[in-house]
Amino acid sequence: MAKRVEASNVTAYYGGFKAIENINLTVEPKTVTALIGPSGCGKSTFLRSINRMHEVLPGARVEGSLTIDDQDIYDRDVDVTAVRRMIGMVFQRPNPFPTMSIFENVVAGLKLNGVRRKSILDEAAEKALRSANLWDEVKDRLGKPGAGLSGGQQQRLCIARTIAVEPQVVLMDEPCSALDPISTLAIEDLMFQLKDKFTIIIVTHNMQQAARVSDRTAFFSIEKTGDPGRLIEYDNTQKIFSNPSVKKTEDYITGRFG
Amino acid sequence: MGETPHRSADAGTGGTRVTQSHEWPAGASARVAEAPVSPRSPGGAGMGGGGALPRSRKFGAERAFRGLTLAAGTAVLVIIAAIAIFLVAKAVPALRANTENFWSYEGWSPNETQPKFGIGTLAFGTVLSSALALLMAVPVALGIALYLSHYAPRRLGTALGFLVDLLAAVPSVVFGLWGRDIFINPVRDFSVWLNEYFGWLPIFGGDGPFGKSIMLGALVLAIMVLPIITSLSREVFLQTPTANEEAALALGATRWEMLRTAVLPYGRPGIIAAVMLGLGRALGETIALALTLGITFGISFNLIQNGGNTIAANIANAFGEANETGRGALIASGLVLFTITLIVNITARAIIYRRREFTESAA
Repeated sequence: MAKRVEASNVTAYYGGFKAIENINLTVEPKTVTALIGPSGCGKSTFLRSINRMHEVLPGARVEGSLTIDDQDIYDRDVDVTAVRRMIGMVFQRPNPFPTMSIFENVVAGLKLNGVRRKSILDEAAEKALRSANLWDEVKDRLGKPGAGLSGGQQQRLCIARTIAVEPQVVLMDEPCSALDPISTLAIEDLMFQLKDKFTIIIVTHNMQQAARVSDRTAFFSIEKTGDPGRLIEYDNTQKIFSNPSVKKTEDYITGRFG
Repeated sequence: MGETPHRSADAGTGGTRVTQSHEWPAGASARVAEAPVSPRSPGGAGMGGGGALPRSRKFGAERAFRGLTLAAGTAVLVIIAAIAIFLVAKAVPALRANTENFWSYEGWSPNETQPKFGIGTLAFGTVLSSALALLMAVPVALGIALYLSHYAPRRLGTALGFLVDLLAAVPSVVFGLWGRDIFINPVRDFSVWLNEYFGWLPIFGGDGPFGKSIMLGALVLAIMVLPIITSLSREVFLQTPTANEEAALALGATRWEMLRTAVLPYGRPGIIAAVMLGLGRALGETIALALTLGITFGISFNLIQNGGNTIAANIANAFGEANETGRGALIASGLVLFTITLIVNITARAIIYRRREFTESAA
């Protein structure tokens, strides 16, 4: 249920603009890895290239190799939808489907996979909502619109929707940046539980959050605006936050820049 | 422009102490009154400078604008009422003079000494031709709209969208003449073919002649309503939040699945509105149908034989030689057409309203 993600020499472009360059990084199964760094350093770009969402934008492309348990996801023969099913994604702003009920939102991915049996969908929805710590709050109103929930609940709904298809890896792109502290705490707690089953990679601007939830931390940075983002340091979270080996990381962590 | 921003802006410059004491709101007059009068607030009184708060103005742009909008709103009601009164006043004498049942009589001869006319066949033809036109136009229009909004490269999409809009600018009489003189030939051939192989279906049966049929009228109508439905639904599809499209893609949806999960449900009220606008145009279309239909009075589901008529086409054809009663009869038919359109619109509203819980949160 959880797989290793290995990036080697990953370079990503937006048209002519090189957003990240030569990223090498290995993420072990069943860990939480945080990507931190100043704005525009390419952490989100890197995250989006892991499930091939980067190429959705016109003109965007990725070079280098990205493997999930030694399977190259950018291989010519690989079905991109299969990659995205295997590597789920939670976005910055909660984005439940506005026309769907809570239940329909959770099972949307399963329905795309062709699951039609009501009993299977019911079971999967309950399981996913329980895993997302949302079941008790919504079990009596599964037929209500998903967009009617609070921001934090919506984000947990999106997490439930993502894990309902049982991916191997879950990518989170600043999942708490639009949420209040209490909802943030709920999502962080959730990450601890999800790590038993999934490999989690999270982009965050909040360094305390990175320190709290992650096992390993990758620090990205850019020289100046217009330059591609690079991976500066990648190590155990504790090491990064107590004794980083690169000066630039230390400066960023201690708040001297970024 | 409101007055409030002026007042608070002036209060800010009116006294230095205001800017120093943050716990006081900028507009608090007692505090401001103590402050030294600045040269920019004349006399200290009036515009937030000091003294009592200024009185609200009795007359001003605000009031005048309010009056104007009220007048405009009322005008709509007055015009509708005037039209309704006129129509009913003209229609009632003709309906009284009718010697046959207005609803069921199959024919239209209101100009004789014993006026005979019935709306049934015309209403039937109107609804049949419009429904058929929509049946053909809607799938094509939605296909074009989806292609333009989500498949075509941006530039091509814009260019093609413009072309589609141009199609809407063609006058309906041009469509009518084109349908009557040119488009009729392939339609006739197709009708003959349909009749030969599918003649066992009542809708394609009959012995001819073929051509100036409901089929031709509906096809021309379909082409006419196509641009309206296309450009409106294209707008709606383009408004789908990217976040929702990405959510679907990230769940492993293909392009088409993404459209089905995120774009189409989101655009549903818009699609319904677009279809209803198209239907409104189809129901009211006059000259194109007067030129392309066979003009007969009878209720038949046969689509390919010469024949068919609609309320609007009948008005166009019969108005010229109508006498007093004849005009009244045509006006009565116009009232029926108005009612049909009204029912269609109310139905559309009801459909949109039923799902409002979901669509409102989408906004």
